[in-house]
Amino acid sequence: MKYALTAATLLLAAPAFAQDKPVLTVYAGDYIASEWGPGPKIEQGFEAFCDCDLKFVTGDILPRILMEGDGTEADIVFGLNTDVTARARASGLFAPHGQDTSDLSVPVEWNDDIFLPYNWGETAFVYDETRLENPPASFDELLNAPDDLKIVIQDPRSGISGLALLLWVKSVYGEDAPEAWAKLAPKVLTVTKGWSESYGMFTDGEADMVMSYTTSPAYHIEAEDDRTKHAAIFPEGHYLMAELAAQVASTDQPELAQQFMDWILTPEFQSTIPLANWSMPAKLPMEEWPQVMRDLPRPEKTLFYSEDEAEALRKPALEEWLQAFSR
Amino acid sequence: MARHRSQNRPATGGTHGCRRTHSRAYPMTYREPAGAIIATLLATLILGTLAAVAWQARGLSGLGPWDWQAVRFTLWQAFVSAALSALLAIPVARALARRRFRGRAALVTLLGAPFILPVIVAIMGLISVFGRNGTINEGLRLLGLPEIGIYGWQGVILAHVFFNLPLSVRLILQGWQAIPAERFRLAESLGFTPRDSLRHLELPMLRAVLPGVWLAVFLVCLTSFAVALTLGGGPSATTVELAIYQAFRFDFDLGRAAMLGLVQIALSLGAMTLAFRITIPAAFGAGMQETHTPHAPRGWRRGADMLAILLAAVFLLWPILSVTANGLPRIPALPLEVWSAAARSIVMAICSAFLALTLSLILALEVARGNSRWIESAGMLPIVASPLVLGTGLFILLRGWFAPQTLALPVTVAINAIMALPFGLRALIPAARILQADYGRLAASLDMRGAARLRYLTLPRLARPLGFAGGLAAALAMGDLGVITLFAQEQPTLPLKLYQLMNSYRMEDAAACAILLMLISFALFWIFDRGGRLA
Repeated sequence: MKYALTAATLLLAAPAFAQDKPVLTVYAGDYIASEWGPGPKIEQGFEAFCDCDLKFVTGDILPRILMEGDGTEADIVFGLNTDVTARARASGLFAPHGQDTSDLSVPVEWNDDIFLPYNWGETAFVYDETRLENPPASFDELLNAPDDLKIVIQDPRSGISGLALLLWVKSVYGEDAPEAWAKLAPKVLTVTKGWSESYGMFTDGEADMVMSYTTSPAYHIEAEDDRTKHAAIFPEGHYLMAELAAQVASTDQPELAQQFMDWILTPEFQSTIPLANWSMPAKLPMEEWPQVMRDLPRPEKTLFYSEDEAEALRKPALEEWLQAFSR
Repeated sequence: MARHRSQNRPATGGTHGCRRTHSRAYPMTYREPAGAIIATLLATLILGTLAAVAWQARGLSGLGPWDWQAVRFTLWQAFVSAALSALLAIPVARALARRRFRGRAALVTLLGAPFILPVIVAIMGLISVFGRNGTINEGLRLLGLPEIGIYGWQGVILAHVFFNLPLSVRLILQGWQAIPAERFRLAESLGFTPRDSLRHLELPMLRAVLPGVWLAVFLVCLTSFAVALTLGGGPSATTVELAIYQAFRFDFDLGRAAMLGLVQIALSLGAMTLAFRITIPAAFGAGMQETHTPHAPRGWRRGADMLAILLAAVFLLWPILSVTANGLPRIPALPLEVWSAAARSIVMAICSAFLALTLSLILALEVARGNSRWIESAGMLPIVASPLVLGTGLFILLRGWFAPQTLALPVTVAINAIMALPFGLRALIPAARILQADYGRLAASLDMRGAARLRYLTLPRLARPLGFAGGLAAALAMGDLGVITLFAQEQPTLPLKLYQLMNSYRMEDAAACAILLMLISFALFWIFDRGGRLA
């Protein structure tokens, strides 16, 4: 036991070693900072020129920073999602990014002066051609497909992709969203907490389609040389999901934080995004995208709600969703 | 000596009515305040964190219709899961109690495995057997039969029975073993038929034991979270704990989270008020050794018993084996970071286990001295508290003083220890009572106290339940993802690594990581339990 405690003390004390360099604290989504996410490259890239120590603090970013308020240690928040920015903005915790967003490679116009997108993708149902030979060619076809076509989706109350699906259905079907959900509900095999549980069930062969992103097939092609997974492209359009960065107004490292924000849209940063984050870069000419991303089929139409619309729709759309599943 | 006598002691409570009286029959020479202090701290912690969350929200919010539906579903599924677990456990426990075969002891241990299985592994295992693409449905498809669906309320209940059948079998098996062998012999010499034995010996025992078994499982199922997430099939299978999580995530409505936490505790306290009438059977740990060869009926009953054992073994072990076969081959190829996370998790689990043991030993000794049931109730409180509210409350309370990321690991260790406390208490209290009854007066007359008493009397005598309780605590702590995500940190635990792998599309590595997690949990349990037996 003594050894266990000693070992524990050592493990727990590890981060306490003093650093002379100034520290830039970046709150980030959990997967971002893992060695399989874009975090390590971002850290390495920034530390190469900032003469500082970039420290990722991972976890549930939004609940945490809302709870901490002005007392937060964060200098940068990295990995916030569109659709929840209204609440983040209302907290008044964030400062303008100061970047020119007029020529982004994001398929919607971006006028936000606080939240800066660093990547994007669109919602899509992903399938495996060896298991689903005739995927639905439109959202309508999906709704009218036989009920033994099974899909897995995420709960909008616990996962950001679930909320995106809610808004996707709303943006396609508007007033008729309740009927759309009524048709979709019998095909829903199960609703998981987050994206990863759903996706695991899909790759295990439990479900025919999974609510994921247009960019998901890129992982299988690039990392596994597997070309059987595709995103079903629907003419009704696909809903945009971008991940955002913002600097915290109360930061004690304003210059470093600004330096970091300035770096996000540079080609150096942006070129690491596609294959580390499996998503599209926010500002990079298409010629410079990795081949696999350029080859992905693109939807003709990208749907997106402004944050105020999204915030206003969130609760009524959730109510419709809940109703559809309680029948 | 004491251990041997425990075989014939009604460790299962109520049966002979002397359980509660014997510890009070002796004069108490001294009292230690430690137990009362810990119990008070526990109650303060659990209710205080709830208050902190409510305070941060500037009050409690009302609950909507969906919240009430979650409350109804939670109660219903816990009721059904507990009833099914208890009923299904009867034939299995009886068969195990009266049959002897090679590997029986090993089987009894193995059948306990699901109880300490990390939830994520259990769900993977159940899906690989009962899922749409699982073994059973593949078989049914081959035979041209209609498929079974696991997703929905039935999946939640299936998983809860899977987790809790082992616990129920253990508890009922002890009930059977607590019936003195002499009675069966006497019954036999009087020419009792198996039906007579059932009526006069076994039914009274079951009547005493079953309500407690039901209650124990009911309480465990009341705070279920992860199971309902994946197997529930949709929002109609939302549990209260899940609703608490959603209140945090979707609305950041701490007031509603606190209100739901309060409802959850109220439900559980209601159930525990019942516990003042119903005694939760003592322990899983105490006395599993066989002292006599049971007199078992022959003929078809033998076949039926073997069938019950076989079915239980298949149900409980098949999902584990199936998921192991998928993940095991990839374990050696897991990246280095997974191994360092594993090492960190092991250290944390061991710390958690020792903390849980220390706390539960102090509480159990205090309870054994006959000091009021409120200490016991306070010790049971964590079983009904919401880990999410606990974690958030601690975050709110502590963040003014410490940087949250430095707290992530210690808080996780502490919360896991607290969560394991009820199980530790259930294992330790009966043994501590026997210790107090057998040696309390002697120790007092020798003025044996403090470290000497602990070293020469308490620890050696309680080694087995301590080992068992420590094993449970370590294994449960190992598999817990817990509140760590809220506190955020740079040193991920193994369950967190597992999620990172899944979030990076690395599903096969994640499956291997899950098996690694499971193997470590089992190994930790085995080492503690074994240590307790050898001590």
